[in-house]
Amino acid sequence: MILDTHNLKSNKKMKQEYNITVFTENHIGLLTRITIVFTRRKVNIESLTVSESAIPGVFKFTIVIKSTKEQTIKIVGQIEKQIDVLKAFYHTNDEIIYQEIALYKVPTEALYDSDTIEKMVRKASARILEITREYVVIEKTGHTEETQALFEELNKFKVLQFIRSGRVALTRDPIERLSEFLRERDAFLNSMD
Amino acid sequence: MTTKKVKGSQAVILSLLEEGVDTIFGYPGGAIMPIYDALYDFDKHVTHILTRHEQGAVHAAEGYARVTGKAGVVFATSGPGATNLITGIADAMIDSTPLVCITGQVASPLLGTDAFQESDVVGISMPITKWNYQITVAEEIPEVIAQAFYIAQTGRPGPVLIDITKDAQFGELDYKYEKCRKIRSYVPETPVDPFKIKEAADLIDTAKRPLILFGQGVIIGNAEDELKEFIEKTGIPAAWTLLGLSAMPTDHELNVGMLGMHGNYGPNLLTNEADLIIAVGMRFDDRVTGKVSEYAKNAKIVHLEIDPAEIDKIKKADVAVLGNSKKSLRMLTDNVKKNSHGEWLQRFKDCDKIEKEKIIDNELFPEKPGLTMGEVIRITGDKTNHEAILVTDVGQHQMVASRYFKFRKPKSNVTSGGLGTMGFGLPASLGAQLGAPDRTVVAVIGDGGFQMTIQELGTIAQNKLPVKIIILNNNFLGMVRQWQQLFFDKRYSFTELQNPDFIMIAKGFGIEGHKVEVREDLEKGISKMINHHGPYLLEVVIEKEDNVFPMVPTGASVSDIILEP
Repeated sequence: MILDTHNLKSNKKMKQEYNITVFTENHIGLLTRITIVFTRRKVNIESLTVSESAIPGVFKFTIVIKSTKEQTIKIVGQIEKQIDVLKAFYHTNDEIIYQEIALYKVPTEALYDSDTIEKMVRKASARILEITREYVVIEKTGHTEETQALFEELNKFKVLQFIRSGRVALTRDPIERLSEFLRERDAFLNSMD
Repeated sequence: MTTKKVKGSQAVILSLLEEGVDTIFGYPGGAIMPIYDALYDFDKHVTHILTRHEQGAVHAAEGYARVTGKAGVVFATSGPGATNLITGIADAMIDSTPLVCITGQVASPLLGTDAFQESDVVGISMPITKWNYQITVAEEIPEVIAQAFYIAQTGRPGPVLIDITKDAQFGELDYKYEKCRKIRSYVPETPVDPFKIKEAADLIDTAKRPLILFGQGVIIGNAEDELKEFIEKTGIPAAWTLLGLSAMPTDHELNVGMLGMHGNYGPNLLTNEADLIIAVGMRFDDRVTGKVSEYAKNAKIVHLEIDPAEIDKIKKADVAVLGNSKKSLRMLTDNVKKNSHGEWLQRFKDCDKIEKEKIIDNELFPEKPGLTMGEVIRITGDKTNHEAILVTDVGQHQMVASRYFKFRKPKSNVTSGGLGTMGFGLPASLGAQLGAPDRTVVAVIGDGGFQMTIQELGTIAQNKLPVKIIILNNNFLGMVRQWQQLFFDKRYSFTELQNPDFIMIAKGFGIEGHKVEVREDLEKGISKMINHHGPYLLEVVIEKEDNVFPMVPTGASVSDIILEP
């Protein structure tokens, strides 16, 4: 019994990756307002992606943090409190489908010497974007572990440059929850009149 | 709607008038000169109060906002003018005070060039404003000002800052004004959920030892009457937070006093015995809860709150009732059974008796030669028929005044709670006086905090504001000294002050004053101050090393409250 309570407590305090999705109006400075919520609580942002959503004028932030559930809920509450934020959600990794994109630049020489790189590219379902005399640019989408694994393999041939994007994510819901949310919000605001 | 061509600067003033602004607190400078020039034509419609420092302007606006419930309006120029507002804006943010601050900014082509008096005030103020916005074209002015007032004054109120570049002030626009009535991304208050009310009512009806904790949410929501009805129907003892002071009369039978580090013995001690806490418009600040993990462990929590982010932030709610306290309290009163909690209430009375014997009597009716802060507050309350607005600064005097001033009228307490801003009191008192010209405003300030914004005596004198200022002078930064005594082995590191002749300073500003050093002069001194027409400064020399008790030491549980060192 004592052990159980202890486990329960440690679970609640356990840190894991959370994906925070924020839908906002398109306002200058809002990025800072949102990131301040994290920095003030000394929570590091692991990755951040911002772009226009399917709804014109509404922007979507995908923010990855490592934190406890408790802290994440509070952060989402504080983000939603920002005036220009429409809605914020949080998900664990298994609740979403997500991808990152990585680009690798390797010396072209390495491809001449053997077919190892070619095999790596095939095996990793990566693709080649550009070939010049000096270098080849390879692209791979996947989770961090996957793009990292390919990096480590390719680095045997000395990767010249490497970049990995922030995360983009979709929920497993059949529809965008925001559309539903916006309909409800409009109805609610109209009822205020 | 008809439009007319005006300059951006004129549009600012016209928009403020549309919002019913009658008072502006400010300080001019280069980047806001066009707005001040436009203001010159409207001196019959709006009063501008020229403070002596921008911090004074923003605290005065807070004082005004706290007694009127309307947004306080502040003007300041770019650069240092704007940065001098920051302390007051932070204060307003943490105490949910509505402000609309308008700052001038360098012309838009100069933004980001390190131009003269350029500072990124939008960036700087972002963490401490409810909303902020930079206007670079005149056309945006009416709409943004309308949004600013809507955001500042609705929901959980807060400060808003609008930064207007000089070229936008000079620019022309087709002016028309429409009040803001909604913003898609902003829900000021959630409608109260009747199911949550039922759940809350069930807990309330079955609780054996319930305790109501109420805060400023009641005052902001104008829910004083609703609170009283709820308390009287349920018969539940009710304690106020520092910012909840005056939301019900001090002498009400069910008012069991103040929560917090220097609050009353009963409500602190018995919080941990309560089986139900009904928190109304309060946010479980650490000065209220003490050690959170030990706080109200035996109680279920019902939390009535307008800000969803406050739910479960510190203390997990068993039933969270979102929405405006005026509505939720009314619905709750309709749903609870009439009840009384005589035995439980008696526990509070028993605690009161202990506190009275150990602390209060010595503070209010001291027998030692040195004057106490408590007796000054007691007599001041009596002489003002307990109907004055009490404005306090931060420190020992604030705690003593909050403990012993007896409130009879609502919206009578103006203090810096969350931020604990020394220097708040004097400027806030002049703003409060402008917001409530027919009421007596008494500012109780320590000798330390007084010297932080002392120059606002000039503003008080120039505008003939009849503020009654009491300096409780112990020649120490008293609260810090108290902590040094109790927790740092009496190592009084930089807390003793060599003070100026405050009365001579007041006279220099054209303000009458008097210094009281012995008990025989005290009552007469206070009477003279209250009966004086116009502003008055009363300096009372207080026992140097008095402490405020009771006290919940930092990190201790509320039930470990100590009555004496």
